[in-house]
Amino acid sequence: MVHAAPPSQAAAVKPPSFLRANAEAIAFVVMAAGLIVAPFFTYPLFLMQAMCFALFACAFNLLIGYVGLLSFGHALYFGWASYLAAHAAKVWGLTPELAILTGTATAAILGLVAGSLAIRRQGIYFAMITLALAQMMFFFALQMKFTGGEDGIQAVPRGYLFGLIDLKNEAAMYIVVLFIFLGGFLLIYRIIHSPFGEVLKAIRENEPRAISLGYKTDRYKLIAFVLSATIAGCAGATKAIVLQLASLTDVNWPMSGEVVLMSLVGGLGTIFGPVVGSFVILLMQYKLSVVGEWVLVIQGIIFVSCVLLFRRGIVGEIAARFKG
Amino acid sequence: MSADIILETEGLTKEFAGFAAVGGVDLRVARGSIHALIGPNGAGKTTCFNLLTKFLSPTRGRIVFKGQDITAMQPADVARLGLVRSFQISAVFPHMTVLENVRIALQRLRGNSMDFWRSRSVLDQYNNKAMELIADVGLSDFSNWTAVELPYGRKRALEIATTLALDPEMLLLDEPTAGMGHEDIARIAQLIKRVAANRTVLMVEHNLSVVADLSDTITVLTRGRVLAEGDYATVSNNPDVREAYMGVGHA
Ligand SMILES: Nc1ncnc2c1ncn2[C@@H]1O[C@H](COP(=O)(O)OP(=O)(O)OP(=O)(O)O)[C@@H](O)[C@H]1O
Ligand SMILES: [Mg+2]
Repeated sequence: MVHAAPPSQAAAVKPPSFLRANAEAIAFVVMAAGLIVAPFFTYPLFLMQAMCFALFACAFNLLIGYVGLLSFGHALYFGWASYLAAHAAKVWGLTPELAILTGTATAAILGLVAGSLAIRRQGIYFAMITLALAQMMFFFALQMKFTGGEDGIQAVPRGYLFGLIDLKNEAAMYIVVLFIFLGGFLLIYRIIHSPFGEVLKAIRENEPRAISLGYKTDRYKLIAFVLSATIAGCAGATKAIVLQLASLTDVNWPMSGEVVLMSLVGGLGTIFGPVVGSFVILLMQYKLSVVGEWVLVIQGIIFVSCVLLFRRGIVGEIAARFKG
Repeated sequence: MSADIILETEGLTKEFAGFAAVGGVDLRVARGSIHALIGPNGAGKTTCFNLLTKFLSPTRGRIVFKGQDITAMQPADVARLGLVRSFQISAVFPHMTVLENVRIALQRLRGNSMDFWRSRSVLDQYNNKAMELIADVGLSDFSNWTAVELPYGRKRALEIATTLALDPEMLLLDEPTAGMGHEDIARIAQLIKRVAANRTVLMVEHNLSVVADLSDTITVLTRGRVLAEGDYATVSNNPDVREAYMGVGHA
């Protein structure tokens, strides 16, 4: 087994085109521009809701796609953040940005507690613990007074941003949501491409080796878990202000399943996948609302075909073509 | 315990469902030496390594490293104390480049591994040091290769470069030359000799010429127990060893 030293590969491959080298930046600009012009063509409320779900899915994808942890209870952070934001705005009379902050902080704390309990388990056990904790918190939401039980918290005031800007104005609300979405998206991008993200990658690639190099891998996973829960919470809190509603739907297990579906359809472990996936799924639910319960069947079929045929999801498949 | 013993175990035992893979091993590794752990397949060598680096918890026994009882420590903490292992199956980060593999180790040592808000480009400050380490193991031409593309021997070299990036006081190498051709074996043996100049090395190795060439002390393990110990001449003349090990056709 003698290996002649081949020439450095980069020298052999021709330099990537401008388009390929900057694919992510270009895609980001296209996405941002699309979201700026979209409200002139379709319902802003739909778009705002879609952005909240997209951010939620991006947060979920940070865990599954970049740490390899399948949380099956992410509705816990989305839903509880949404309750606390709604309560803060409606009962405590906080301004919308503080209400969203309250919800986000709640999700961070819940993420820290749930993450500490779940992080030492591997694979399916991790998924089961996250699901069990989420179900437990669902029952709390059902029982507690302030959540409004089956009714949820309705007629949440959108209020005045910084006490100044009236968010009943659809354009103002839209801009706020756009800022939160793009900000959250860029934060996730930064996390993935940070020194911390580099360690996450190493852990996903070969955890025993990372440990043998002295990394306390549980700690890194926990931080990633808390970051994911926090960003998911921010999405849920924003949704409560936008739709002026926090309800059991947001905190129940089908919501946890939906975010899995959105990420899977768009492409796990791709930065844009969850965004595309959530828009596709929401659009489908919206267009197909005429067929009633059949939406669920269609979703099920999509889920199965993604798992069996298109593991890479929409964005993953496109990226693979693009590279190939 | 004398001062020049860096690692010592007392009655180290690991039982799997009643079967003692390692049964009461007393090991003493002298500081600065190259110490080989040899024995037939299934003797318990890898299990021993797993115990020493706390990847497994011993059923009984005690491990002392640099005068400190590490029996109850976490594996990452053992590594931080300066006892760093390699794996029997080469352990690299497969979809990262050679440079990135080494940087992961440097990054751990020098901090900012928790920084999730900073750009990855701060890691470029480690490139020079990483390239030095990569050159040391003869991988300079491969620095931008993805680890998974490397031939096996080079993967082992990368693993050693990554380990050395931590500048550990003691290295545990599990079969560093397994699956290699002659040329690679010679290169790795040279490398081990060189890095052992100011370190302690404990290695599991099946290639007896490498063992004879490199080691100061040899411990022979069979069925989880120490059969013999000493320098190469002593061990290879031991009739028990000849029967239990040398006869099995490993050389
Ligand atoms: N996790 C485990 N559970 C049960 N038995 C195990 C486990 N790990 C190792 N063993 C058993 O312990 C014994 C020692 O295994 P070990 O891997 O330490 O041997 P080794 O000396 O490294 O052998 P080799 O030269 O083949 O690498 C073997 O019989 C093996 O089957
Ligand atoms: Mg072994």
